[in-house]
Amino acid sequence: MSALERRPDERRAGTWMGVLILFILAAGFVSFVVAARIWWLPPLASRQGVITDQIFNAILIATAIAFVAVHAFLGIALIRYGAHGERRAAHWHEHLGAELTWTLVPAFGLVVLAILSEVVWAHVYSAPPRNAQVVEVVARQFDWHVRYPAPDGRFGRTDPKFRSTSNLFGEDPSDPVNKQNVVTTNDLHLVVNRPVAVRITAVDVIHSFFLPNFRVKQDAVPGRTVTIWFTPDRTGTYQIACAQLCGAGHYTMRGNVTVESQAAFDAWLRSQQKP
Amino acid sequence: MGAVAVREAAAAHEAHDESFIRHYIFSLDHKTIGKQYFWTTMFMGLVGGSLAMLMRRHLGWPEQGVLDPAQYLQAATMHGTVMIFFFLTVILTGAFGNFLIPLMIGARDMAYPFLNMMSFWTLVPGVLTILASFFAPDGPAGNGWTSYAPLAAVAKLSTGAQWGQTLWAIAILFVLISSLFGGLNFLTTIINMRARGLSMGRLPLTIWGIFITAILALLSFPVLMAALGMLILDRTAGTSFFVPPGLLVGGQLVRDRSGDALLWQHLFWFFGHPEVYILILTPMGIVSDVISTFARKPIFGYKAMVLSLAAIGFLSFLVWGHHMFVSGMHPLLGGAFMAATMIIAIPSAIKTFNWCTTLWQARIHFTTAMLFAIGFVSLFVTGGLSGIFLASAPVDIYLHDTYFVIAHFHFVMASAALFSIFAGTYYWFPKMFGRMMNETLGKIHFVATFLGIYATFFPMHFLGTMGNSRRLYSESFYPFLAKAPPIDVFISISAFVLGAAQIVFIVNVFYSLVRGPRAERNPWHANTLEWQADSPPPHGNWGPEEPVVYRWPYDYSVPGAAEDYIPQTMPAVPAGAPAGGEGE
Repeated sequence: MSALERRPDERRAGTWMGVLILFILAAGFVSFVVAARIWWLPPLASRQGVITDQIFNAILIATAIAFVAVHAFLGIALIRYGAHGERRAAHWHEHLGAELTWTLVPAFGLVVLAILSEVVWAHVYSAPPRNAQVVEVVARQFDWHVRYPAPDGRFGRTDPKFRSTSNLFGEDPSDPVNKQNVVTTNDLHLVVNRPVAVRITAVDVIHSFFLPNFRVKQDAVPGRTVTIWFTPDRTGTYQIACAQLCGAGHYTMRGNVTVESQAAFDAWLRSQQKP
Repeated sequence: MGAVAVREAAAAHEAHDESFIRHYIFSLDHKTIGKQYFWTTMFMGLVGGSLAMLMRRHLGWPEQGVLDPAQYLQAATMHGTVMIFFFLTVILTGAFGNFLIPLMIGARDMAYPFLNMMSFWTLVPGVLTILASFFAPDGPAGNGWTSYAPLAAVAKLSTGAQWGQTLWAIAILFVLISSLFGGLNFLTTIINMRARGLSMGRLPLTIWGIFITAILALLSFPVLMAALGMLILDRTAGTSFFVPPGLLVGGQLVRDRSGDALLWQHLFWFFGHPEVYILILTPMGIVSDVISTFARKPIFGYKAMVLSLAAIGFLSFLVWGHHMFVSGMHPLLGGAFMAATMIIAIPSAIKTFNWCTTLWQARIHFTTAMLFAIGFVSLFVTGGLSGIFLASAPVDIYLHDTYFVIAHFHFVMASAALFSIFAGTYYWFPKMFGRMMNETLGKIHFVATFLGIYATFFPMHFLGTMGNSRRLYSESFYPFLAKAPPIDVFISISAFVLGAAQIVFIVNVFYSLVRGPRAERNPWHANTLEWQADSPPPHGNWGPEEPVVYRWPYDYSVPGAAEDYIPQTMPAVPAGAPAGGEGE
């Protein structure tokens, strides 16, 4: 049996298929508009996040245009060009101008985006400012452990050989400064409008230190310490989520973040001092 | 081996008598091997799909506790593993590659029929191993399909999956070895055994896709094989390729290790990124051929299509680091990988525009195969565009490892590849089995699958923008995800519709196998060589005369020609047809 008729009428099928594609166009577009009001980026609370969100929005607009354009083109082509009667398709298959156009237009857009992203990327990973608050984070199944410096800003010596379940940071017991360092579990306190440099590592598997409101994420990798920095600019309480599968308890690995004034932070830190 | 010697070997192999075992089990015939692959991988696709249903059953209503946390991670891990390694990779090369290459290039069989048989029979122990791992004492692997070290390298750090993770690595080793056999065979066959007149510039795009896929596989699979070997040693022999010093394992400090946790990621993604193109280049070829055939119009920009396949293939080796933007590798590397990632989007965009242009002023026949090919374009566009967010490293910091990524790769890679498999099945089923598939069931299957895929994966973008990490057993621990559960319920219900739609496909395959109308040689009036063979083709494919090729495969609707298609074997240029520019 032959499945292709010589005098077909595929126009109705074409209309249906075109409508289906245009429905996807409409549903995709509308769902993003609705989601932007309900299911969207959590409220921003860091300075670095402003530019991240701007790039996100720029890409959103550019991709929305491409999504709508391609689906509209597809839908119209399907509705218009269903086979019918004996008339044949056009016979053309090369056009240098057209091909150059859709090589160069996306290329231009992508190059602009790449340059923009590279600049922001370089800034995100630049050296932290001198006045930055410094904290150390150690991830361990399934908690976030945070270490704060002594009032004079110093951290006691550490060495992995001292590491144990009760000394995750490997603090050297012979160093008196370690007595002034505060260690908390799942409780990260930050000072509003003051840059913070976070030194992140892990002691078992890879975790990922994810602060959604600050647009910050950094894998916590055992065997290496990575420093990131950002500037929280809105007081409040937020969460640390783990973004890298780290075992069965991955979904429970939540920490709390408190962004507060310098005075409130100092008072809190004093209250945490070892007796 | 020269082309002549290869042909003689193939002719000699054609002459032998066949016992039952030789014919159906240890067959050397590429068509039988292709069908063996087809049934095996379709079964594995069913396994992977069932695991997805189980995941969605849990994720829609996590408070009901259908799965415990370890079981959920095992279901998720095995869903990814089975779908990527045992379904998509293998069905595209093993089933379509094996069945189509000799037929589309006018050969009688593969260059190395015995190696071809070995390839399938190396896959079988892999399939059995991965299935057996479900019955391991503490279940199958549960550390994600990427199995990052040290989680997957130190048994005591992951709950469950002590045996499962090792079996996982062994099973994948079998698949990779099997694919290497296949890849070598594909390259040799395509280079040496093309019919007279079939220059590389006249190859159908399906064959171009398979050809470049085989190159990628040969260059990238050995890297993962080495990594898997190291992982197995780390797990069983006390080595520490991926285990850094100073870990706390079971409360004890482990100091006598000296590996690097990121080494696994580099090796894995050096394989892993070419791998996603291994899963999409063949589909791109299949879709190009299906669209051109049913548009009754030459594919637009054949040379650009081939060049962009090659460009994607080359660039796919330079982008693996975009999986590791937040891994702690040096930011300069991140910057370089971002640039390469932006560049690889260009050839993908070219292909999309060329498919769209092919439809303009066409005369489209809306067969089920064509519907799936059009669906492929839509899915590929949607998934490709979300990829631009992830390519921008600063934005990826936020979106990395959220559901946005899951939405992205399920559109651009998983669903798109799946749609090309459906398109290919509806298109070549008559050639494979000599019967037509039911078009009504096919169209029901298409509409339900197309809407089901969008309804399932599109809302995952919004889980991603909310910051919902992937692989979470439940999001109830995070107050900022309080609005997520309704989306999860919607996704789960959509996924069940999507799953149910596949029952229509299964019914259609088996019904058509028995009751489908007999297929003529060339039911779609297509130009490529396989349609000049009987449906199904006999052993040796062609009668006494091997086909000779006179033209490229896209001579559709040539003005002045008697029909709106001119098979590649048609010698003379019809009066009035333009003589030049036909793909040479």
